[in-house]
Amino acid sequence: MSETRLMKGNEAIGEAAIVAGCRYYFGYPITPQTELMEYMAKRMPQIEGVFLQAESEIAAINMVYGAAGAGARVMTSSSSPGISLKAEGISYCAGAELPCVIVNIMRGGPGLGSIQPSQADYFQATKGGGHGDYRNIVLAPNSVQEMADLTMLSFDLADTYRNPVMLLGDGALGQMMEPVNLEERPFVPQEKSWAANGLGKRTKPNIINSLYLKPEQLEAHNIHLQNKYQRIIKQECRWEEFSVEDAELIVVSYGITSRIARSAIEMAKRDGLKVGLFRPISLWPFPSERLLTLAKQTRAFLVTELSAGQMIEDVRLATRQIKPVHFYGRMGGMMPSSREIYNQINLIVREKEAVK
Amino acid sequence: MNSKLYARSESLTDAPFHYCPGCQHGIVHRIIAEVIDELGVRKQTIGIAPVGCSVLAYEYFNFDIVQASHGRAPAVATGVKRVCPDSTVFTYQGDGDLASIGCAEVVHAAARGERITTIFINNAIYGMTGGQMAPTTLVDQVTTTSPYGRNVNQAGTPLCISEMLSTIQGARFIARVAVNNPSNMAKAKAAIKKAFQLQNSGEGFCLVEVLSTCPTNWGMTPLEAVKWLETNMIPQYPLGVFKDAGGE
Ligand SMILES: Cc1ncc(C[n+]2csc(CCOP(=O)(O)OP(=O)(O)O)c2C)c(N)n1
Ligand code: SF4
Ligand SMILES: [Mg+2]
Repeated sequence: MSETRLMKGNEAIGEAAIVAGCRYYFGYPITPQTELMEYMAKRMPQIEGVFLQAESEIAAINMVYGAAGAGARVMTSSSSPGISLKAEGISYCAGAELPCVIVNIMRGGPGLGSIQPSQADYFQATKGGGHGDYRNIVLAPNSVQEMADLTMLSFDLADTYRNPVMLLGDGALGQMMEPVNLEERPFVPQEKSWAANGLGKRTKPNIINSLYLKPEQLEAHNIHLQNKYQRIIKQECRWEEFSVEDAELIVVSYGITSRIARSAIEMAKRDGLKVGLFRPISLWPFPSERLLTLAKQTRAFLVTELSAGQMIEDVRLATRQIKPVHFYGRMGGMMPSSREIYNQINLIVREKEAVK
Repeated sequence: MNSKLYARSESLTDAPFHYCPGCQHGIVHRIIAEVIDELGVRKQTIGIAPVGCSVLAYEYFNFDIVQASHGRAPAVATGVKRVCPDSTVFTYQGDGDLASIGCAEVVHAAARGERITTIFINNAIYGMTGGQMAPTTLVDQVTTTSPYGRNVNQAGTPLCISEMLSTIQGARFIARVAVNNPSNMAKAKAAIKKAFQLQNSGEGFCLVEVLSTCPTNWGMTPLEAVKWLETNMIPQYPLGVFKDAGGE
């Protein structure tokens, strides 16, 4: 089945998960991700999968932990406050090295915040969220098609590295409708010889666990995790570039904001300004190396996000601040217009001109 | 005489229990292992270990184990059982784990009629963290966080989990037992066996609450602890079958 259809971002995630072989979904309602949950409620019974509405996000992530521990491809989804509740469970998944996919369709915070789109959970997603030295792989789509593609990739990465993967979207992407092509892929279930699914023919029990009472053992486990994270950093950085080669200013932006930034850049280019776009697709691992290379050839960066400035910290670290890093953000569910970003671009470029 | 009087159950490993002298966690482990042996389901069993003194259950049981976060064992068991519907899945949880932080998870596992078995160890205290008050702590019982005794006005009354869960439609079998003497041990084993058999025949949620001693944090000798359980815990937590939905 290779057909193009019109789907909401949230629904595209659901269908893509099914194409990727996910047959277990556990969730709890929260706007603006509910369409995904409702989609799974409809679809899973049709394909003999399991849809379960859990009593809370805490229960949902622990059901994910159990299902992943038993060797299944499994997903949960939520929005910001719900992800906070899942934090302990995600840390357990990371500690026990359980592959699973967690979707966060971000909304405004802190607290109950709003139900409007936001990117204020960047820190939570990329720097941990739960306790302990662990990392989620974090992927940030910017279209409905990419929501589908990156969902499928998420399941593969989760299994490859035995690691939680977070798909980080926002309310706008979740609700927007676009054509999407969901190509059937031959899905070969991976052999998970470590899964706790009953001894069967094995003689040695499989234990899913993150407890190491001896500090030497826990340190060794942490070193093992850190080595894995280094491998992921080497192999899984993803990004997209537009017009960066001769750019004097590079806008760095991800997710929905990158689309607004791109229109702003196109406006600026029509004025003859040399502006490009750098869009991280993997937020962790963050494509730092490439950004550093670009820092050597451009004159400045403008980071734009729906937050008070979170990804900007990674841009500063990556570029070692050898070039100025400017910021423009909106918060609380407000979205910048392309004109607003265009104005910021103009301000920065003109300032540079003055000091030339 | 060279016949073996006591053979270690196949469902237990060779690891010696780390439990304190007089602690009844070990007795309950042994009963569960015997039941699993007798039912012949060791190779299809997945146990869920809690956070509490029995967190190391995965070192003692000789079958697959998933170690869960504090209180969430019934949710973890749900995930496992949905993936492996033909397996035998059980949770082993203390009273802090099940009756306090994990109250919602056990209630909703029961409400869904989740086909799992829960063994609930009620020792009226938080053992592992050194003797703090649990929801099951008795009125006036002294713990490190109720140093003047549990005060009803301030800390409420003991939570009777078996009675509460027996009001839930999805619950198939709910019983409370003790392992304080051979006769009660036999009854405990029968109840636990039934709770596993019902799961294996695809019936609803089953829970067996086991009244258990914690001599260390009760500040007693093992013998005093058994006496205290008999004179104080059993009156508050009467033994018996609270629900047997399909039963006679
Ligand atoms: C989220 C979380 N909160 C608190 C703890 C600390 N903790 C460990 S065991 C425990 C209490 C266990 O008591 P109980 O369930 O009654 O088991 P017992 O040790 O008495 O068998 C607590 C509070 C924890 N590990 N995780
Ligand atoms: S602290 Fe209490 S519950 Fe824990 S092992 Fe010792 S006696 Fe048993
Ligand atoms: Mg206890």
